[in-house]
Amino acid sequence: MDTPIVINNLTKKFGDVIAVNNVSLRIEPHTFLTLLGPSGCGKTTLLRCISGLEDPDEGEIYIGDTLIYSHAKGISVPPGQRELGMVFQNYALWPHMTVYKNMTFALEIQKLPKAEMDKRVKESLEEVKMSGYENRYPREMSGGQQQRIALARMLAYRPKVFLMDEPLSNLDARLRMDMRTELKRLHHISDATTVYVTHDQLEAMTMSTNIAVMKEGVIQQMDTPDMIYHYPANLFVADFIGNPKINLLKGWVSSEDVVDLGKFNIPAYTHRKTGDVVAAFRPEDITIHTEPVEGGVEFSAYSVQPSGADTTIIAHKGDTEIIVKEMGVSKIAMDQKIWLTFNKEAINLYDKATEKLITGS
Amino acid sequence: MTVTSIEPKDNKEKWLARLRRFFRWLTSPHVVLSIIMVAVMFYLVIIPLYRMVVTTITVADVDLRAIRGAEVGDFTWYHWVRMLTGKIGKLMTYQPAMHSIVVALGATFLALAVGGLMAWLVCRTDIPGRDTIHMLAQVPYIMPSWTIAMAWLVLFKNQKSGGTMGLLEFITGAPTPDWLAYGPIPIIVSSGLHYYTFFFLFIAAALLSIDSSLEEAGELAGAGRWRIMRKITFPLVIPAIASGFIMTFSKAMGTFGGPNVLGVPVRYYTLSTMLRSNSSIGNYGDAFVTAIVLILFAMVTVMLNQKIVGTRKSYETIGGRGFMSKKTKLRNFKPIIVAIVVIFQFIIAVLPLVLLVYSTFMLRDGKWTLDNFTLAHWIGKGDLSINSGEPGILLNHKVWLGAWNSVRLSILTALFTALFGVVLGYAIVKGRGTWLSKIVEQMSFIPYVIPGIAFGAVYIAMFTKPVGPIPALYGTFALLVVVSVAKHLPFSARSGVSAMMQVSKELEEAAMLAGASPWRRFARIVFPLTSTGFVSGFLLTFITTMRELSLIILLVTPTTAVLASMTMRYIENGNDQQANAVIILLIVLVLIGNFIISRFRGGSLKKGLGL
Repeated sequence: MDTPIVINNLTKKFGDVIAVNNVSLRIEPHTFLTLLGPSGCGKTTLLRCISGLEDPDEGEIYIGDTLIYSHAKGISVPPGQRELGMVFQNYALWPHMTVYKNMTFALEIQKLPKAEMDKRVKESLEEVKMSGYENRYPREMSGGQQQRIALARMLAYRPKVFLMDEPLSNLDARLRMDMRTELKRLHHISDATTVYVTHDQLEAMTMSTNIAVMKEGVIQQMDTPDMIYHYPANLFVADFIGNPKINLLKGWVSSEDVVDLGKFNIPAYTHRKTGDVVAAFRPEDITIHTEPVEGGVEFSAYSVQPSGADTTIIAHKGDTEIIVKEMGVSKIAMDQKIWLTFNKEAINLYDKATEKLITGS
Repeated sequence: MTVTSIEPKDNKEKWLARLRRFFRWLTSPHVVLSIIMVAVMFYLVIIPLYRMVVTTITVADVDLRAIRGAEVGDFTWYHWVRMLTGKIGKLMTYQPAMHSIVVALGATFLALAVGGLMAWLVCRTDIPGRDTIHMLAQVPYIMPSWTIAMAWLVLFKNQKSGGTMGLLEFITGAPTPDWLAYGPIPIIVSSGLHYYTFFFLFIAAALLSIDSSLEEAGELAGAGRWRIMRKITFPLVIPAIASGFIMTFSKAMGTFGGPNVLGVPVRYYTLSTMLRSNSSIGNYGDAFVTAIVLILFAMVTVMLNQKIVGTRKSYETIGGRGFMSKKTKLRNFKPIIVAIVVIFQFIIAVLPLVLLVYSTFMLRDGKWTLDNFTLAHWIGKGDLSINSGEPGILLNHKVWLGAWNSVRLSILTALFTALFGVVLGYAIVKGRGTWLSKIVEQMSFIPYVIPGIAFGAVYIAMFTKPVGPIPALYGTFALLVVVSVAKHLPFSARSGVSAMMQVSKELEEAAMLAGASPWRRFARIVFPLTSTGFVSGFLLTFITTMRELSLIILLVTPTTAVLASMTMRYIENGNDQQANAVIILLIVLVLIGNFIISRFRGGSLKKGLGL
């Protein structure tokens, strides 16, 4: 299904609060786009505007070639005619209907023949590995199973676009991991354009083909997970993405390709000769040495936190704190002297005033 | 990357777009329902109130003699001046108002003390027989509010004003003192003991919903039991007390039965009985001034209450969640307290019925010996020497007509109330946050602050003449249905909202995305998920309407009389035994209705009250 979604200048207000602020974006066919952001950033509202459950105040939305919403033209296609399916955070399975009835509710409205309905129910249940649950009621299933049924209900409807509103947030960590795998497979097989809302960056990074990071109703950056992670467009995105958090240190460009951080200098592509900047570098882009090395800066290991696969080390130099991630179990002891070297390629600089990424062009 | 949106150039298209947007807004289900409900409530509440005010400042036929040179329809302050100044003002307004306040306050505080204490005993102590106490506490709710008043008469009336003697006088031989037989004290005690149920249920629910860890935290901080009670428990149940307070106070202000039975014989008039006596002689101008005064009193109470307790909280009840809580040990006091509670509940729930039943077997009122035993009041053929020749109530077609009217009024009211509940609940909850939803919610709240008898008076003003498409309903059965449904609007809205809130909005949204029409969403999703709530609502409305008197006393005619109003007519004619028999019949019918309805889907009285 080649269904792009195009949104132009979309605005939605609740009273004085602007939930979605003049958002424009194009979602290419087959994309798995994740709307990512802290709570209250407008991601769910944006999704609900696409679904038609919320009427925006400005702008227009196309699904495929169809104009489904336009403020200027006064058009708003009812949600049921937009040919999209949605999975809700609380699953929204109708508690008084069996799985079968839940799944055929929409199909009955489309007046599909019984044989076709049975076939679709069977196929969709197989896809979510829930065959044989047709006659269960929602309360007779676990949260994870209900989640799968909610997914199957959407699949049975065969929508052009999948919308998902934090579908995994009510599951425990283990189930969430399983469902991430399934959702990604599902998107891989169906190839349907998917819009997914979450505040969990791990979900966003692992499943999406594209991520749009939102804050205060505005899309801060829309890009592939890789670009979002390695080249955050501004300080908000840099700070929001990554665990442990990215290191952000104030400094100034003292000469070309050198940033003075006060107590020490680091190498970076400055693209300018002078000015106040914020240097950002990921914990895994720093190398730890136990002996002094060329270009190494002396720190003390304030806290060492092994987690099995890797170790997080909080390094202090005076009141400067840097978080470092080392693979495997670290041999470093607390309060031990260490020397850090920085990977020039991996350091991003942000203009202190605009908080935007400083790039070459 | 984006296509810039193209603003339509010419004006015509802009207007077309605006029109489409407006039409879309107008046709969304909750807006349609809100507008319908606003129109209905405007008709049922606002216009009658307006007409009532207009009547008080307009010259009517009966005023022509008093106001010289005036013509019918002229503007006049005559009624207001007459009712609020001079000797007549004192007699017809200020004194009854004083009496109303005394009676209402007294009854409310008595009910609070009794209900609060009982709730505490049941929820917070190790008293045995908790469930039985709980069940018995609901009994007064099933009985008409003046049941205890009638039983009081059987027990305490004296020959001086009632003509016959009560049980006490019969036993002691000395006349019962007037203060004990009639007037404020009997009214306060009999209505207080009736209304304590509200406080009991509200406070018990609140106490059960308090997480005991809050109290335990206080205990750990070193506070004593009394201090915890005062500083932690009490503030947490204040909203429940407040909601019980306005409910009871406004009911007691507007109540007619008790003051009519126990006050009028000694000319102790309250605003409600005064309102009745003025309207029964056709002096609506004066009657409506009294009604407006009564409404203002009730409104001030609600406003004060909301100011003190904080807005809205006051009538939101707290949902009972069963937390573990530490029970106070009654220790040595246990037998004494149990005995007191048992006796007390016996006096409230059982004794009145026993007295009433007994009195119906007495041939001559006031003669408490066995040779006086008769079944004439139940199955007598109609002897001119008894009850002015009326047959026993089971053979009296007038009584059966009244019973039929009661049942059909209650069922119709309950049906419409449930229907409005669905509609109001949907309109208010789906439109949450919009001005329209607020208007609907607030309009539906208005009847709550209008005392029952005044609300009835409002409808005389409305429907004595045809208004718009509605014919003159005065004297018809339909008017009784209309007034009962209108008075239940706040209850409709509240139970509808709470039922609707229990259905998460995503359930309907999912159906919307599946392409279901509003009607289909309602029939397949919303209604099945809320129906339990409406069964409880139906039950509660049925019961309250069966025993409603104040609301309809001004509106009934001999053909539309219901059992409740018949008891009043009989007692006013001096046929006490028949009145008591009718009340027993009424209670039996309520119990049967209660039994039948509660078979369906687990509806219950408590659920209906939103607890």
